[in-house]
Amino acid sequence: MRTRSISIVAAIIITVIFASYIGMNGLVLGDKTIRSAKDSIELGLDLAGGVYVVLEANTEATGDELAQMMEETKAIIGKRVDGLGVSEPNIAIEGENRIRVELAGVQAPDQAIDLIGKTALLEFKTPAGDTVITGKNVINSQVLFQPNEYGVNEPVVSLELNEEGRQSFFEATSVLAAKTETLDKIIYIVLDGEIISNPMVLEPIIDGKPVITGMYTLDEANDLSNLIRAGALPVEMVELQTSVIGPTLGLEAFEKSILAGGIVIAVIFAFMLLVYRVPGFVASLALTIYVLLVVGAMILIGAKLTLPGIAGLVLSIGMAVDANILIFERIREEILVGKTVRVSIDAGFKRALRSILDSNITTLIAGAVLYFYGTGPIKGFGVTLTIGIVASMITAVFFTKYVLRLMAVITGGKNLKLYGV
Amino acid sequence: MNVIKNYKLFYAISLAVIAVGLIMFAVNGLNYGIDFTGGTMLQLEVGKFVSVEQAREIVSVYDENASIIHSGPEKAELIIRSSKDLSNKDTTEIVSQFVEVYGMDGSNFQTQKFGPFMGKEIRDRAIFSVIIASVLMLAYISFRFQFKFGVAAVIALVHDVLVTFAVYSVLRLPVNSSFIAAILTIVGYSINDTIVIFDRIREESKIYPKLGFGEVINNSINLSLRRTLFTTLTTLMAVTILYIVGVEDVKVLALPLIIGMLSGTYSSLFIATPILYSLKRLKTNG
Repeated sequence: MRTRSISIVAAIIITVIFASYIGMNGLVLGDKTIRSAKDSIELGLDLAGGVYVVLEANTEATGDELAQMMEETKAIIGKRVDGLGVSEPNIAIEGENRIRVELAGVQAPDQAIDLIGKTALLEFKTPAGDTVITGKNVINSQVLFQPNEYGVNEPVVSLELNEEGRQSFFEATSVLAAKTETLDKIIYIVLDGEIISNPMVLEPIIDGKPVITGMYTLDEANDLSNLIRAGALPVEMVELQTSVIGPTLGLEAFEKSILAGGIVIAVIFAFMLLVYRVPGFVASLALTIYVLLVVGAMILIGAKLTLPGIAGLVLSIGMAVDANILIFERIREEILVGKTVRVSIDAGFKRALRSILDSNITTLIAGAVLYFYGTGPIKGFGVTLTIGIVASMITAVFFTKYVLRLMAVITGGKNLKLYGV
Repeated sequence: MNVIKNYKLFYAISLAVIAVGLIMFAVNGLNYGIDFTGGTMLQLEVGKFVSVEQAREIVSVYDENASIIHSGPEKAELIIRSSKDLSNKDTTEIVSQFVEVYGMDGSNFQTQKFGPFMGKEIRDRAIFSVIIASVLMLAYISFRFQFKFGVAAVIALVHDVLVTFAVYSVLRLPVNSSFIAAILTIVGYSINDTIVIFDRIREESKIYPKLGFGEVINNSINLSLRRTLFTTLTTLMAVTILYIVGVEDVKVLALPLIIGMLSGTYSSLFIATPILYSLKRLKTNG
């Protein structure tokens, strides 16, 4: 019985140490590599660096109409972001009339934000103010180089129109080309009410491929082409909140938070060992497994770790041992009234379980409220808090009970000092 | 320890703290963060000490009244807050000027902008969340214990929220969305101690049905004192270390948690139980 208990406990300890080692340092086995937890976990914007913007639709629309508008807007913003070449952008509708856009590692954040929020209503207008075609008639747009009036190659945006657009454009340019006054021959290219180009129409254009000139740089031409291709937003979007986080700052926050987590674990180990001895050791094992479980779960479900998320995690480490303290105090009480260690362990668990359940469920209620009513990073805090509570119930109650019984067999339960009594 | 005998003293202490907080709130209002008031914040890790005057030379072009403070262990970090809604171009320009003039690492910064109408919404949402959470907890505790236990626990909980609020109001600490998250965590956590004691009261009154309720309460408090202190201690250690080691964004989350947890333990021992006692006595008298 005793030998068996010793070998089980030894196996558990070795497994926990091994798993912790892999978690901290990663492992290379032949041609297979397991990356360390720190490298595997996905980082939120506040840690990885990047931009996020919250935009609000400026509209009176409500209900289904609004919902459809928001879906369209989201799709169009998605296309624009694709043009920026950002890896894994995150675009989400928040509440009823807001969109949150998160872009990791953008080089020129101000430019990106401007691009995302532009309504981008493109119109071709006659001098009389009639709209000939709009961005809806454009099938494709691309950047080309073409010599300007001084013979220098300049970037231009070349458009391809659909059949309807081609027809209207041909009709309008036929009329304009026939005019004699220079001012009457101009077609205005207007973006969000601003004239961006005003070429003169010399002859009717039948092929449906107008070209927009007047860009100074290639970037400018690329952005415009991207905007036109993605289409106009169905509604004006107002910038509500913007955050730009430099990558180094995020990295520093990440390192410091990990350090804080490490210190917290060490201090709690020391505390539990000092106060509870053998049970304290078991609780430390349970806590290690708890941390491995939570971090593992976050990597598996691909949850993004945010700064408040780490804070929630570290906080939950402090809370995770609460259940153990409640149990150990009960066990201590039972031992003090003269029961044997083994009987005390069983009674302690049984009696403490009810208060552990009740108190954790109330914290779960708060976690759920944080998740449902919180926005952005606060949501992340709610998630880690909730995962933490559930995982801690498992390790602090079931695992500790199992191992503590084994330890009682190993120590023989005679030396009460080992149990902090 | 006889909590029931001295309950008037405990009520007085709590009421005094909350009253001072509310008066200061009425007089001065709260020191809202920019995510409440709207505006722009830049956090620049300059890498060396740059005086406020030097920084203002750059910043004043965009906002003369911006607040500039130092942060970080070597005062090498600048936090600039402006109530103006600076454009993204402006903030980019400010950052690049610090890079040019003071050799700052161009990737070591953070800027945040909030529209002016966010604040009211965050606040309303927070108050709403606290109410929802409180109602849910009242329902749960009433279901598991009795309605009176639920009422006493929720009063203790509201007490903790008010005390934290009072400390923030008196010390003029910045109230922002992290503060809200912290308050909600306090709502969830501070009730744990109360439940552990209530559970003990429930158990003790079954074992000693002949004992007066006041005595049962006192015994239960004393029996669960060690675990109440230890559970708070471990969590408090975690939050305090977060506060000491963490970066600015973590500190603002950890500080209200520290206050709320201290208040939570105090209220579990000295507020929730006497209130439960008073509620029970109401029944016997009436």
